[in-house]
Amino acid sequence: MFGKLSWSAIPWDQPIPLTAAALVVLAIVVTLAWVLIKGYGSYLWHEWITSVDHKRIGVMYISLALLMLFRGFIDAVMMRSQQALAFHANGYLPPEHYDQIFSAHGTIMIFFAAMPFVIGLMNFVVPLQLGVRDVAFPTLNSTGFWLTATGAMLVNISLVVGEFARTGWLVYPPLSELRYSPGVGVDYYLWAVQISGIGTLMTGINFVTTILKTRAPGMSYTRMPMFCWTALASSLLIVAAFPVLTATLAMLILDRYVGFHFFTNEAGGNMMMFVNLIWTWGHPEVYILVLPAFGVFSEVVATFSGKPLFGYRSMVIATMFICLVSFTVWMHHFFTMGAGADVNAVFGIATSIIAVGTGVKIYNWLFTMYGGRVRFTTPMLWSVGFIVTFVIGGMTGVLLAVPPADFQLHNSMFLVAHFHNVIIAGVLFGAFAGLTYWFPKAWGFRLHEGWGKAAFWFSITGFYVTFVPLYVAGLLGMTRRLQRYDVPEWRPWVLAAGIGVAITACGLACQIIQLIVSVRRRSELRDLTGDPWDGRSLEWATASPPPVFNFAVLPDVRGEEPYWEIKQRAMETQQLADEPRYEPLEVPRNSPTGFITAFFATVMGFAMIWHIWWLAILGLVAAYVVFVWFAWRDVAHYEIPVEEVARLDRARRRAREEWLAAHARVGEPA
Amino acid sequence: MSATDLTERSWEDRRAYTFGGAGDEGHTTRYATGHGEGGPASKRVIVGYGFWIFLLSDIIMFSAFFASYAVLASETAGGPSARQLFDKGSVAAETMCLLLSSFTCGLASLAVDRRNLKWTQLALLITGLLGFAFLLLEMREFAGLVAQQAGPTRSAFLSAFFTLVGCHGLHVTAGLLWLGTMMAQFFAKGFREDICHRYLCFSLFWHALDIIWVAIFSLVYLVGTVL
Repeated sequence: MFGKLSWSAIPWDQPIPLTAAALVVLAIVVTLAWVLIKGYGSYLWHEWITSVDHKRIGVMYISLALLMLFRGFIDAVMMRSQQALAFHANGYLPPEHYDQIFSAHGTIMIFFAAMPFVIGLMNFVVPLQLGVRDVAFPTLNSTGFWLTATGAMLVNISLVVGEFARTGWLVYPPLSELRYSPGVGVDYYLWAVQISGIGTLMTGINFVTTILKTRAPGMSYTRMPMFCWTALASSLLIVAAFPVLTATLAMLILDRYVGFHFFTNEAGGNMMMFVNLIWTWGHPEVYILVLPAFGVFSEVVATFSGKPLFGYRSMVIATMFICLVSFTVWMHHFFTMGAGADVNAVFGIATSIIAVGTGVKIYNWLFTMYGGRVRFTTPMLWSVGFIVTFVIGGMTGVLLAVPPADFQLHNSMFLVAHFHNVIIAGVLFGAFAGLTYWFPKAWGFRLHEGWGKAAFWFSITGFYVTFVPLYVAGLLGMTRRLQRYDVPEWRPWVLAAGIGVAITACGLACQIIQLIVSVRRRSELRDLTGDPWDGRSLEWATASPPPVFNFAVLPDVRGEEPYWEIKQRAMETQQLADEPRYEPLEVPRNSPTGFITAFFATVMGFAMIWHIWWLAILGLVAAYVVFVWFAWRDVAHYEIPVEEVARLDRARRRAREEWLAAHARVGEPA
Repeated sequence: MSATDLTERSWEDRRAYTFGGAGDEGHTTRYATGHGEGGPASKRVIVGYGFWIFLLSDIIMFSAFFASYAVLASETAGGPSARQLFDKGSVAAETMCLLLSSFTCGLASLAVDRRNLKWTQLALLITGLLGFAFLLLEMREFAGLVAQQAGPTRSAFLSAFFTLVGCHGLHVTAGLLWLGTMMAQFFAKGFREDICHRYLCFSLFWHALDIIWVAIFSLVYLVGTVL
């Protein structure tokens, strides 16, 4: 009846996961009770869970990302503290638990923290920057989000019910095959990533279509903001790379569930084929994450330097160059496979060449700042911190791209330090820069600057204190994923890294405090005009937070920085453009399709993990029924009456006019 | 009517056919259309375009299965090889069913353009029956292989073969489900705009399955039996 599931699946004898799980369950119960008692249930259902508004979905993505970032960081703290204790000793984590923690840390950070963070920023920002009212497929967007949430939930269920993979975050066979991993850990990984991967693919398709087919009148390709370009490149990579991940994991599922021989040691299976296939997805994935972050930096640096982005076209070319070349470097992840000197040389050179694109970008950001009036706000600090730190990460990457050096450093802590260097300094700093930069657009008030700056300084110090020692430990021969070690030379560096993670934790605490302080003092941090940073692109043309339809009238784009030009015109003439003729607007209706589909996907995934076949079939059939039920709907849109459109837009215009009048008094020319 | 008129005319027709509707609603007309500059494209273009992107991603997924088949094709682990197993007659019949079904699917598209319910339903019904016949033939082939101890667990070659061809078969099954839903929607709701858009996507999907089958036919069956 319940397949492999029984009461013994819950780890009663292991106090650490049990306590953690009890705390999480308690937190969920308390939150749910609070929501129900306060009567917020209906509000949440109608305004958030069933919402197909890209801004709401973006906020939900980022909330999920922040939650998972917290979970992944706790894993990191456990790993660092275990290694700090495990010199000539066993530490406090037994190997089978420690192995689950480093696997879960990687899986959660990449799939459920970094991915939702950048996709959330894309969701929130891209339609606003393109000057349109929504993405191409709003309900698909909601479905994509909820499928991602399904994956995150399955990974977290594995904390309590059963176990997680002990194989590392990319489940290499033959270790991940049934013979060597007979438990449900790898199955949790496979179904969580499969389901959320389908959600990500939906997002990719949606954004390619949105960016290429729905833009404000006059916005040609070379007038798109840089963030839209990077979002396009990232979405193209999703469309081209995620199907490979789906196929690869499907093959491993077939191996594990029905005894196929794709990657097994016997009957002709080829485990290196898995490694090749997974990195065919995996290397583009790196750029799926980092390109939108590059886009954020481009927006932030231009805004806070008070100058247009330097070398816009070279930036576009560099982005698309990286987009293409990212598919030709995958083998540098396993030079040691033994493909031979010629093959390794080709991939080593390709890897060095891809750094040229990033180099172009670095210079462009520097030249954007050069001669500008730089304002060192929190987003700008994250950006400058990124430029310095990312260059170091890039250099160690080019070092690893040299096959002979890689043979020495492969799978060492040097490698671990390298990819944390690029992912933390690149993706995470970019995500935080974007979060602080666009937060006032989403909520109508800015985040507190002081706590934001404190968070930045703790985070970047913590980063260096953690990972510079790990570079050294790697050069001293320390390999990754060690549950214990006996080499005295490594000890000081491992201890230093432990101190570093404590400093990073202070940064995290500052971010949480920043959020609380900002919400409590929101009236003094209020953004009245919708343009708190003196911005340049179209998202700042609308109110903060924007109305559900974003723009009462689609903007007419006549240059590379449409909003900056509108603003300059208004300041010269001391008045806004004439009031447009308002029309009633059609907006997509909210739909629970995404949530219900994801619910059944969760049921199906859980059933497949535990071999509860009848439930899996039930989940699949139910998902199909939901699909048909959605297809049967007759009314997909509702109309916002013209009076409402006019009322909202006139309020926005009034705020702008007040700002203009105040600004004129201050900046009265002599 | 001059020659230019004729070309323009046929271009218009072809475009109307491709996008599953008549007339020039591609983009709002202030700028040159087709580059996304004249404001957001029409719903028809957006839906069709998005579905093309999905098809490309689906083809990439198949390419991963093709690649794994290419790597594992010779790994028979002492078991039977392609040349010993494949029955060209059965494959030829499958191919005929699928290609004919693409033709009838095209007829259904024409009927949808002319808003003719009777012919639409008839053409779709024949398309579905041909697709179903294809599936039956494929299942018979699979059952035959399993019966002679050449199931997917026998060797890596057979694992890759069953996965690649079976994945296509699963797509055809999903297509049949979609086709049935489509017919029910035409019946219940008529030629409403959004349902015609949906039909456009279905026909693209059905034709894409043919393209993939042509690749399977050539790379798996022809190469396997001839080389």
